[in-house]
Amino acid sequence: MASIAVYSHRDPMLKKRDDFEDILEERRNSSDLRYALRCYAPVLYKGVAPCKSGMLKSMVLQSDQLHYVINQLSKETGRTTADVQVQASAILEEMAHCLQLSTVRFFAFTLCKVFKTLFRSICVNEEGIQRLQQAIQEHPVVLLPSHRSYMDFLLMSYILFTYDLSLPVIAAGMDFMGMKFIGEMLRMSGAFFIRRSFGGDKLYWTLFSEYVKTMLKNGYAPVEFFLEGTRSRTSKSLTPKLGLLNIVMDPFLKGEVFDVHVVPVSISYERILEETLYARELLGIPKPKESTSGLFKARKVLSEDYGSIHVYFGQPVSVRSLSEGKVNRCQFNQQPRHIPRRTGEDINSFVNDSAYRLVRAQEENMVLAPWVLLASLLLQNHHQNQTQGMAVDELTAQAVWLRDVSRQYGAFLHWPEHIPPSEVVSSSLSLHRGLVRICEGRVQLAVEPAGAPAGPGEPHSSVTQEEELLSRAVTVLSCASYRNQALHIFVRPALLASAIHTASSCQKQEVFNSFSFLRNMFSNEFILCPGATVQDFEEACYLLGKTGALQVTQQEVLVTEGGHRTLAFLSNMLDPFLQGYQVVCRFLCEEVTETLTEKLFIPAVRKFIIKHLLEGRLRYTEVLSSDLQKNSLAALLRIGAVRKVQGVEQATLKVNRVMVNSLEDTLGGKLPTQKAVVARL
Amino acid sequence: MASNSSGGGSSDRQRIAQQRLRIIAGHLQGRVDGDSTILAAECKAQGSQTDVSSEEKKTVPRRRQEIMKWNGWGYSDTKFLFNKKGQAEFTGKRYRLSGMIMPALKEWFEGTFGASMQHKSLATPVLTSSAVQPPILNEAFEEELKSTGIPSSHDAEDRVYRAHGHCLNEIFALREGKVGRVPDMVVWPNCHKDVVEIVELACKHDVCLIPYGGGTSVSSALECPPEETRSIVSVDTSQMNRILWIDEKNLTARVEAGIVGQDLERLLNESGYCTGHEPDSMEFSSLGGWVATRASGMKKNIYGNIEDLVIHVKMVTPQGVIEKSCQGPRMSTGPDIHHFIMGSEGTLGVVTEVTMKIRPMPEYQKYGSVVFPNFEQGVACLREVAKQRCAPASIRLMDNEQFKFGHALKPQVSSLFTSFLDGLKKFYITKFKGFDPDRLCVATLLFEGDREKVLQHEKQVYDIAAKFGGLAAGEDNGQRGYMLTFVIAYLRDLGMDYYVIGESFETSVPWDRVLDICRNVKARITHECKGKGVQFQPLSTCRVTQTYDAGACVYFYFAFNYRGLSDPVHVYEQVERAAREEILANGGSLSHHHGVGKLRKEWMRETISNVGMGMLKSVKDYVDPKNIFGNRNLL
Ligand SMILES: Cc1cc2nc3c(=O)[nH]c(=O)nc-3n(C[C@H](O)[C@H](O)[C@H](O)COP(=O)(O)OP(=O)(O)OC[C@H]3O[C@@H](n4cnc5c(N)ncnc54)[C@H](O)[C@@H]3O)c2cc1C
Repeated sequence: MASIAVYSHRDPMLKKRDDFEDILEERRNSSDLRYALRCYAPVLYKGVAPCKSGMLKSMVLQSDQLHYVINQLSKETGRTTADVQVQASAILEEMAHCLQLSTVRFFAFTLCKVFKTLFRSICVNEEGIQRLQQAIQEHPVVLLPSHRSYMDFLLMSYILFTYDLSLPVIAAGMDFMGMKFIGEMLRMSGAFFIRRSFGGDKLYWTLFSEYVKTMLKNGYAPVEFFLEGTRSRTSKSLTPKLGLLNIVMDPFLKGEVFDVHVVPVSISYERILEETLYARELLGIPKPKESTSGLFKARKVLSEDYGSIHVYFGQPVSVRSLSEGKVNRCQFNQQPRHIPRRTGEDINSFVNDSAYRLVRAQEENMVLAPWVLLASLLLQNHHQNQTQGMAVDELTAQAVWLRDVSRQYGAFLHWPEHIPPSEVVSSSLSLHRGLVRICEGRVQLAVEPAGAPAGPGEPHSSVTQEEELLSRAVTVLSCASYRNQALHIFVRPALLASAIHTASSCQKQEVFNSFSFLRNMFSNEFILCPGATVQDFEEACYLLGKTGALQVTQQEVLVTEGGHRTLAFLSNMLDPFLQGYQVVCRFLCEEVTETLTEKLFIPAVRKFIIKHLLEGRLRYTEVLSSDLQKNSLAALLRIGAVRKVQGVEQATLKVNRVMVNSLEDTLGGKLPTQKAVVARL
Repeated sequence: MASNSSGGGSSDRQRIAQQRLRIIAGHLQGRVDGDSTILAAECKAQGSQTDVSSEEKKTVPRRRQEIMKWNGWGYSDTKFLFNKKGQAEFTGKRYRLSGMIMPALKEWFEGTFGASMQHKSLATPVLTSSAVQPPILNEAFEEELKSTGIPSSHDAEDRVYRAHGHCLNEIFALREGKVGRVPDMVVWPNCHKDVVEIVELACKHDVCLIPYGGGTSVSSALECPPEETRSIVSVDTSQMNRILWIDEKNLTARVEAGIVGQDLERLLNESGYCTGHEPDSMEFSSLGGWVATRASGMKKNIYGNIEDLVIHVKMVTPQGVIEKSCQGPRMSTGPDIHHFIMGSEGTLGVVTEVTMKIRPMPEYQKYGSVVFPNFEQGVACLREVAKQRCAPASIRLMDNEQFKFGHALKPQVSSLFTSFLDGLKKFYITKFKGFDPDRLCVATLLFEGDREKVLQHEKQVYDIAAKFGGLAAGEDNGQRGYMLTFVIAYLRDLGMDYYVIGESFETSVPWDRVLDICRNVKARITHECKGKGVQFQPLSTCRVTQTYDAGACVYFYFAFNYRGLSDPVHVYEQVERAAREEILANGGSLSHHHGVGKLRKEWMRETISNVGMGMLKSVKDYVDPKNIFGNRNLL
């Protein structure tokens, strides 16, 4: 227990954040055309001239790395090097960006118009911009925005253009290339395209990584990519992908540059454009293929109010200082640096740790709208008494309470102080009127089809129970996605609250064991830095202690008189996940035969859950989220309760029933946490 | 005097040869005498009555402090100072630059370091003997030593002088009058036999011996381990300084290990020979020191480094004398025992005599210089020169900061010292050719050999340079560059008078990492200085000083103004340590030629592996089980 003093955490409430500036304001008062055509002269890294895309391509094609791999491939396959070279050029052609200022100006102009109709404001922290500008001059820079919307990267480029900063070169998924015209437009505005999967393709990998590294090393432009790999459909941050992060750190690790600065950027949407689209997708209603015409159909989107966007450019993070004491760069001294080698364990875990830290840095500066709190409260209310909803006054009072709690936990809450809380609440509700119903002074989620049948043109009678459930689930999942925006604030205290709830006593070690178990279970669900169990526990204890909800002594963790409310709120927040994981466990124990393939897991578990929901054996419709289902399976695989057996065609899942069963019981608080599996505090 | 030395002709050739001789030997005040020192002499130390007249011919007297600074670099009569007019001046008469004024230095100095003439940090002028611990005496040892007649001393000054090399922290402490553990006694053996006796007595009476050559160590190799409780005796080899014989058939010479570089070259030159081994410290560093540290000379491209030059070595160890049985030019007789001796840094015994290769003095020497638009091009050129194996005797590439520094050292009036840029038609480089004065860099060249070949060679090198955008920039600039080598060491003392401290350090690195290491180490220095609270921008510069087939030797210079720091030496050491970490992380070696000493010991294990350490340890354990040679370097 002596380790408590070792970790000293900063009080999250004391975190200083910059002020915002609305960049649309000026656009509403002056000519968009003049803005789009204005002189654009960004500062450059050590004054280098941006290089033409042709030059970049030829540098990549002439790189030692590529030559090495081409020769190797030619030896392995018997193809001539010239042949492989041709293939390499073709790949590069498909991949490379081709930034053109005219296209950028076109976008700047169009986006002005679009943004002004969609959003009330686009708020940017200007100090962050200044820091970025400084960083760009001194070091190669990597921009890491959070990813919640298609909008993200156009928005990023738009902002950088507005502030006269170097336009980034952006790693984009190949799916955009499906939209021929848009694809080419994006390419000309700085996007380059990578195939989603190229696992063992050495040539592709080499071209791709050399392309990124060449840009970075020469400082031609900031490189931008999404650490989460894809848009988060749930508004929770996704487990970071390491491939690109590995690539951008490589030039530093190999000494090819003195340092690389990584800038986490948090983009928070008050209302997400893709709101119901995501919910449907999570529910398994097939995803419309990204196509140009599809995007134009989204035109009806243009007529709605999406509130504000906040973009926060975080403190640039030096890869050099991140790596201090964690990696031994001497490992690259033993062979020429252009020859690919397996990366060392220390490097893998360093990149992984850094990725988590960076995602947390994104999370920290996410701006939360009051609605996020309302959604959390309404969801909890919805599950407690399905029908009546909450009185608006009651909701307001609770929201004010939650506002204060979340601030104490360090939330970056954008709650207008000069407006009475009741107005804040009502204007939030009205912005999200599609998700709530207000009736006789009471608010509830808009889960019953509002008067009209679910789909126009469809006869009411044909709506099955299941369809009705799914349509309710769309609203619930949409709402949950807003609640999820606040999860990073509450997740550690909530894990502690649940741990206290399930632990057999208030002995600190006991509680810690439960905490550690839950944290381990949920580490595919939430961003929890690997190996930081003790820190997270300390942080949770500290926060709950500070706010008077807990009394934490050397030996015990005691809930105070006034703390029950907080703890109830927190455990309720986690409850859908707890229940969800249990159902998945139950499914695996009860339903899985020898032949369940990985592919069939989601449809099968979904069916099982629908049955449970319809039978009233499960409260939480949000368990229908395929995200939760995937995460729980990933957790079980990680823990070893389920194994993947590679079959002839597909992988099948092999369930260790005893283990899964006991995990389910432990999650449900029926079994004490096994001490042996968790570290001592 | 040699502003137009490119003229050619045999008189010219002679003149250049003479001039070269003078540069090397000119520090002596006309004490060039006959061949009296070149004889297979008997050991002179038998009587306490030594031959005074021959003593006088040596550069290094027993009481070194009579001619050399006790707390700074070089001769007492020679130093940089800012005179009353605020102009930099180089005092004395020994060097070509002596007595000259360098008008641009002050501005460069103030501008580069933010230093000011008002803020002085002068050294303690004299050593207070009370600062020196009384010696730990081993009476039995001293008793027996006395009977051998080998001269010795307990004098505080003598002892303090042998307690340090020229690391910044060592000199800084002396300037503040601070003295740590020093040898308890200094002995001056006169020959191999004396050394055998000293080592035997030391073993018998358990005395700690530290060999002392020229005292130019820059690795804390001479520092006395503070934890040493035995009596420490400094074995000053400076009186073992004779050339024992010259073998013209095989072109070798047998030399006593205490001879310093300038004496060795001077004496050999008198017979028409040279070794060609010219480390920048050659005025003061000794043959034994070179062997003990694996030294490297400027002209190694023609003559080789010390390991290439040594044919035979004799070393006295606690287990007896180690040497090979013949003078064969190469042997396959298991691991070369010379390689246990070379680089042993005084931990195994005292090197007493060495047979070295000699060469006829070069018929013709020619300096040269090339200006490149940037450092990258310069490195690419050096790499190509190495690839074609056509490196001149010396080729060095200075970065832009050093180019400017060299410019700042331009003396006032002298045809030789025309402005670097003036001589080249300033605007031709900076404007007409589009060279950016803040990016360009310069390579200095030295060619040696017979005239025809030198001229041919020169053309080859300039042709390569041209391919990398290099423009020939004249002989004067090259010559001036090389002459400054001996003078630059004096500059640190000037800096220290004005709150500026600095040091140089080196590494060797594969070609493909040269640029990366230069950039990263320089940036690391700047970065660390900032982080450690240094208030002023540091000077952080480098040069590539040697080329090899597979890589290069890179030298870093770093200095900063320490005003406002409470413990500047500590900050300095932290920055230097970080820079070394950076070097290692970038694929550089722990040392190319300065050695390990105690300064870089902490990285030895990772440098040579556990097994490597074990091998060296077991050699030490066998050769010196009682740790008589207890300077604790290396391991
Ligand atoms: C301004 C300056 C320039 C320099 N330039 C160069 C350069 O160009 N190239 C280069 O290689 N080095 C250079 N050095 C480093 C230094 O001159 C070398 O390490 C040199 O070889 C040391 O010789 P020394 O006689 O001064 O030895 P010392 O400094 O007296 O001793 C160095 C080490 O060798 C041991 N030692 C000395 N003599 C003997 C002996 N006879 N037997 C056994 N052990 C002995 C000592 O115990 C000590 O550990 C430079 C140093 C300075 C200050």
